[in-house]
Amino acid sequence: MMQIDCPWCGKRDENEFVCGGTTHIERPPLGASDTIWGEYLFFRENPKGMHFERWRHASGCGQWFNVARSTITHDIVSVYAMTDPAPR
Amino acid sequence: MNYSAWSLLRGALSGHRNWSPAWRPCEPKSRYDAVIVGGGGHGLAAAYYLAKNHNLTNVAVLERGWIGGGNTGRNTTIVRSNYLYPESARLYDFSLKLYEGLARDINYNIMLSQRGLLLLGHSRHDLDAMGRWANAMQMNGIAAEILTRDQVAALAPALDMSATARLPILGGFIQRRGGTARHDAVAWGYARAASRLGVDIVQNCEVQGFVMESGRAVGVETNLGTIRTDRIGIAAAGHSSVLAKLAGFSLPVTSYALQALVSEPIKPLLDTVIISPGTGAYVSQSDKGEMVIGAMLDLFPSYAQRGSFAVEQSIIAGTLAMFPAFSRLRMLRQWAGIVDVVQDSSPIIGPTPVPGIYINCGWGTGGFKGIPVGGWTLAHVLATGQNHPLAEPFQLERFVTGRLIDEAAASGIAH
Amino acid sequence: MTSLRLPPPFGTRIDRSRAIGFQFNGRSYRGLQGDSLASALIANDVRLVGRSFKLHRPRGIFSCGVEEPTGLVDVGEGPRRTPNLRATLVEIHEGLVAASVNCWPSVGFDLGAINDLFRAVLPAGFYYKTFMWPDWHLFEPWIRRAAGLGRASGLPDPDHYEEVSAAADVLVVGAGIAGLSCAVAAAEAGASTMLLAASATLGGGLEWTQDPEIDSLVAAARRLGVRILTRTLAFGVFDHQLLCAVESLSPIYEGTQRTKGVLRERLWKIRAGKIVAATGAFERPVVFPDNDRPGVMLAGAAEKYARAYGVACGQRVVITANCDAAYAVAHSLRAAGVEIAAIVERRPASDVGAAADGLRVLGEAAIASVAGTRAVRGCTVVSLSGGARSEKIDCDLILSAGGYAPAVHLHSQAGGKLRWLDEAAMFVPDGAAPGLISVGACAGAFDRALAASHGADVGRALARGLAPPAAPVGGLGRSLAGTYLPSLKGKQFIDLQNDVATSDVRLAALENYRSVEHLKRYTTTGMGTDQGKTSNVNALVLMGEITGRDPALVGTTKFRPPFAPVTLGMLVGRRVGPLYRPLKRLPAAAWHEAHGALFEQFGNWVRPAAYPRAGETLEAAAQREAGAVRRGAGLFDGSPLGKIEIFGPDAAQFLDLMYVGTMSNLRVGQARYGLLLNENGIVVDDGIAARLGEQHYWINTTSAGVERTAAAFEEWLQCEYTRLKVLVTPVTARWGNVTVAGPRAWDWLASVGFESDLSPARMKHMSLRESRWEGVPLRVLRASFSGELGFEVNLPADHVEPLLERLWARADEFSGVLYGIEALEIMRTEKGYVHIGTDTDGTTLPGDIGFGRAIQRKAANFVGRRSLLRPAAEDPDRFQLVGLVPADGRTQLPVGAQIADVPPPTLTQGHVTSSYWSPELKSPVALAMLSRGSQRLGDRVRAHYLGTTIEAIVVKTPFIDPSGERLHG
Repeated sequence: MMQIDCPWCGKRDENEFVCGGTTHIERPPLGASDTIWGEYLFFRENPKGMHFERWRHASGCGQWFNVARSTITHDIVSVYAMTDPAPR
Repeated sequence: MNYSAWSLLRGALSGHRNWSPAWRPCEPKSRYDAVIVGGGGHGLAAAYYLAKNHNLTNVAVLERGWIGGGNTGRNTTIVRSNYLYPESARLYDFSLKLYEGLARDINYNIMLSQRGLLLLGHSRHDLDAMGRWANAMQMNGIAAEILTRDQVAALAPALDMSATARLPILGGFIQRRGGTARHDAVAWGYARAASRLGVDIVQNCEVQGFVMESGRAVGVETNLGTIRTDRIGIAAAGHSSVLAKLAGFSLPVTSYALQALVSEPIKPLLDTVIISPGTGAYVSQSDKGEMVIGAMLDLFPSYAQRGSFAVEQSIIAGTLAMFPAFSRLRMLRQWAGIVDVVQDSSPIIGPTPVPGIYINCGWGTGGFKGIPVGGWTLAHVLATGQNHPLAEPFQLERFVTGRLIDEAAASGIAH
Repeated sequence: MTSLRLPPPFGTRIDRSRAIGFQFNGRSYRGLQGDSLASALIANDVRLVGRSFKLHRPRGIFSCGVEEPTGLVDVGEGPRRTPNLRATLVEIHEGLVAASVNCWPSVGFDLGAINDLFRAVLPAGFYYKTFMWPDWHLFEPWIRRAAGLGRASGLPDPDHYEEVSAAADVLVVGAGIAGLSCAVAAAEAGASTMLLAASATLGGGLEWTQDPEIDSLVAAARRLGVRILTRTLAFGVFDHQLLCAVESLSPIYEGTQRTKGVLRERLWKIRAGKIVAATGAFERPVVFPDNDRPGVMLAGAAEKYARAYGVACGQRVVITANCDAAYAVAHSLRAAGVEIAAIVERRPASDVGAAADGLRVLGEAAIASVAGTRAVRGCTVVSLSGGARSEKIDCDLILSAGGYAPAVHLHSQAGGKLRWLDEAAMFVPDGAAPGLISVGACAGAFDRALAASHGADVGRALARGLAPPAAPVGGLGRSLAGTYLPSLKGKQFIDLQNDVATSDVRLAALENYRSVEHLKRYTTTGMGTDQGKTSNVNALVLMGEITGRDPALVGTTKFRPPFAPVTLGMLVGRRVGPLYRPLKRLPAAAWHEAHGALFEQFGNWVRPAAYPRAGETLEAAAQREAGAVRRGAGLFDGSPLGKIEIFGPDAAQFLDLMYVGTMSNLRVGQARYGLLLNENGIVVDDGIAARLGEQHYWINTTSAGVERTAAAFEEWLQCEYTRLKVLVTPVTARWGNVTVAGPRAWDWLASVGFESDLSPARMKHMSLRESRWEGVPLRVLRASFSGELGFEVNLPADHVEPLLERLWARADEFSGVLYGIEALEIMRTEKGYVHIGTDTDGTTLPGDIGFGRAIQRKAANFVGRRSLLRPAAEDPDRFQLVGLVPADGRTQLPVGAQIADVPPPTLTQGHVTSSYWSPELKSPVALAMLSRGSQRLGDRVRAHYLGTTIEAIVVKTPFIDPSGERLHG
């Protein structure tokens, strides 16, 4: 069970959080094609390695934030704001 | 060399020194008519059916580790075809029927045990949903029975049938043809059968890239060299996205850990397979006496083959809510697979955007029961270039058209 | 005291003054306080303790610890019966009852032993090669009946468990010399330090020796505030240095008949800055023919029985040795008065040197056979160098000293790698693991002084955040990797519990199950309850020898938690029974109970389904209640209804983005019904949105959907629409809801003093007004799920009961009744109102339930909108919500009945979703999802349910009051 460093509450156990999947995904406008819409809804890189994803501290402050985490080792490399770009 | 009681007796007389390898150890050739990437149940079954149904024997299965070492070796061994939609019902029941004849077909005892698969209803709403489900199965020509509370208690006395149970049991519904099969035997049995027909099964061979010519895949790059071929079938479950990326296309798959565990072996206490949609947990007792327990997915993408301890606790809590008597049993082994989850929990079997590459993936948490049909239909499209009719509804396009076949959703969102 | 008891100073754990009576297999024995069940049985000369899994061969005690593969017992009776415990870890107490496992009728005479006669046809994997004809199902029941080791009680566990979290900078697992040194040094250097010891006493491999260095380290640890937990077994390392351990709390009550439950075990979840594994090493047995007989034991175990428990495991001993440790054991036992008949050395005698002083050593020799099937009586020794003849030696104990296998489990679980040491023939950690470092024997450091000082160096380094030094691997001399001799006849065992022999490993290699993982699964070696602690290395070394691979190339199987089997109940702690998933109860639950409520679970809420009068069934009560509401008035507790308040200058725009249905143009005080979709366009919730102010909305959702909906709102605001200024506040628990419905509803409310500006004349249907009643703030919504004039009175939750009480006191004047969920379902079905999750499922789009036009009219790009433009959404055959009545006007259509022209098997055209007898119409009404339903009004259809077929007619809804007079009046 991971420990996640919530930007507001500090280090808390993973079971206080909900993972929202891949982050940095922009919602297409209404005029987007079925293909673009389908990619937005369903298609994901699903990397074996560094994954940029969003988490919510559901049993705490309720805030969303971004995390860079390895899907192989589960090491968390970075926690950053929802509106910030992915770290290099 | 045929397996039989007689062969065992002969073996005993010769000190068991004359058995041949279950599958031929071999190095990969530089060219095959078809290459299958992934030596789990689906890949091995596909190779077998390529040889058996389509006479394509110049085939290799490339497995980066040891065959059956992925999800095929990590599941809770449940087989069933109690699905709601006609498309799913046809697919999974075809698979179950193949399982029913499989041991004889491949001459390997897969220990198919159709001792029934019982779903519990914990509220009147659950019972209504089960009414729909059981009748939908009958529409699809698959037998299902609704059971009363007393009938459920008689089938599984270890269940908490008390009035004070947190999840009272009001009834259930059962597919009597459902049950379990020995997972390792399915993998090894298909491997042996395919190998006997001439298929090369290559372990410790990892596909690291695809050879492309004029936009078409004509081979694979591996740690054991380049292998050229006319057609490639990917059956790599949780690693589907990794291979798709190497080939330059994208999938609607996210890989998650799916945990399972067994208890120490005890004398028989549970004869049926029990599933509680209310807790998400499913339990059966293996032929060795171990309680085999599984439940819901882990909650964040992972390739680690180990689940979160917190989810493990939830799985066990759900199990003890159904079976308080199991509290004093001890967990002996625990593990996780990497399951390829797609939004509607239905598979993807067919061509990919890359000519020459076909894929069988997306089975998510339900791949074991689909091994025979997954192999059958992947073999079909590899051999003929056309989708098998059973696989036609399960194409990549459905994620664009919106024609999802959402079994989980159809069984009712929580009120 | 039996003749197998040794005099002091042997027996540091036992109290000779306190005898304990216990039962084993129905016979009474006596042991001493401090004995384990194993030591007590050995002291009583009980050699035969159990039977092996497959062949039912006689088994005795093999080890003195957690690695015990054969000394398994069921302890206790009744609900406290616990199967498959290791006798080596069971502490005896007065009245303990224990029994052998896997034997019938008794361990002495076991019918299962017939399997051993057939062992030639029962090699590894035999079941894959046969039982196919005629069918596996014929054989399976017998196999299942014979399966399993111990027997569980099948009764609920009377004891309980708890979970505790802790944190430490440095967490040391293992209180041997290396672990203690490390903990003391870390604490001295200022780190918050925890130390876990699996045993009741500290000292690890030295715990029974009363070693002064250990004693002073323990005193120092206590003085420095190291948090020490004993009887605490670390079983798993998880992500981010979480280590889980189980503390055994009530061992003396294990298996007693006490009726009151005790706190039996405690789960520790410890988040460590760094973990130090000081877990020692297991002994590796020598492989030789008949090595599974009772009376063959691990050498170190015999020494421990002597020193700690004061028990001699035998009086005339042969030691088969492959490492120097055998000699220390030999001298130790000799000092206890045990006769060492010979040491059968696998290595050349020249390897041994001075350690052999005074002992008879047969170099390059092996045991070729063992006499005695239920207890060792002697053995035959042969020379491997072709020199001496074979020799028969009388003995009652054979000790196996084959080398060591460092306990690298935690290191490996943490992701650490291993390397093989040829000299000592063992796997040791190859450097540190992420977040975990090994010290002492588990790191391959067997020299006591070096291990202790390395432990201290590591403790200091970790406390200071520095890289710890590498372990001083060595100190054991040379061991042979493999001791298997193909030239010897007879079964040579690898896994004693599962009866896996060297012939099975050879068979696996022959059949190409050569990967170490295939070896394990095919032969089942290491899959017993001991998890192969004394067999895994022998198995992989042997596979390597057969296939020409070094042990490093064969590798080990993956190490995963748990390190040893752990109780399921312990993992769950208090999350059992009502705490598994706490139920939510109404604020006025007691009031409802006092007024005859029949409660049921609806989602996670406990709510009145109805209020049956004497002798009424639930159905009859609901019929009466629904009828009474429509004629007079009814009182309903709607407190679980989801409530969310939305604030902010962008609240209106935000709601338009969330809902199907425009909310931005609501006037203050106006309410509107809306649907919530997910991005796939699927209907996930419904409810009413009402405007309380320019920047203030009141949202109702379903009771099950409120948390999900509020979370979805937050997600959109924080992740996509980050510039909108909106606040979302769930208030479900803050506001109770008393609903009054029926033609006399307003009269009833007015009679208890509700303000007249809430009257139907002054407040239209679908409006929300703030008000007060006796000083209590109210938000009154005029809305209706029943189809009658209805008022949902939202008020602070603690005022629900007083209002109910006041209204109920005047019920008779207005023909008022209490009504529950079942009556409400009847009424809403009569009106054709959709119930999300009952009439809809995870495939339902808004157009399927009549909201197609609402979507076209709307401008905003609300959640899910784009999905409604996909081909699947425009499929003309989609299921649509319709009304159904039985053609005969009498037969109720069962929920779930499938609609099709002909009986199954055939393609379904839909199914019945809701169905009730209408008290108003005195005939059945139903709702259904039907393909092309909206175009089939008036059609006759057939509904099929488990073999019966009912004719029905598709009709428009609502079934009653189509113009809605009752609602708007």
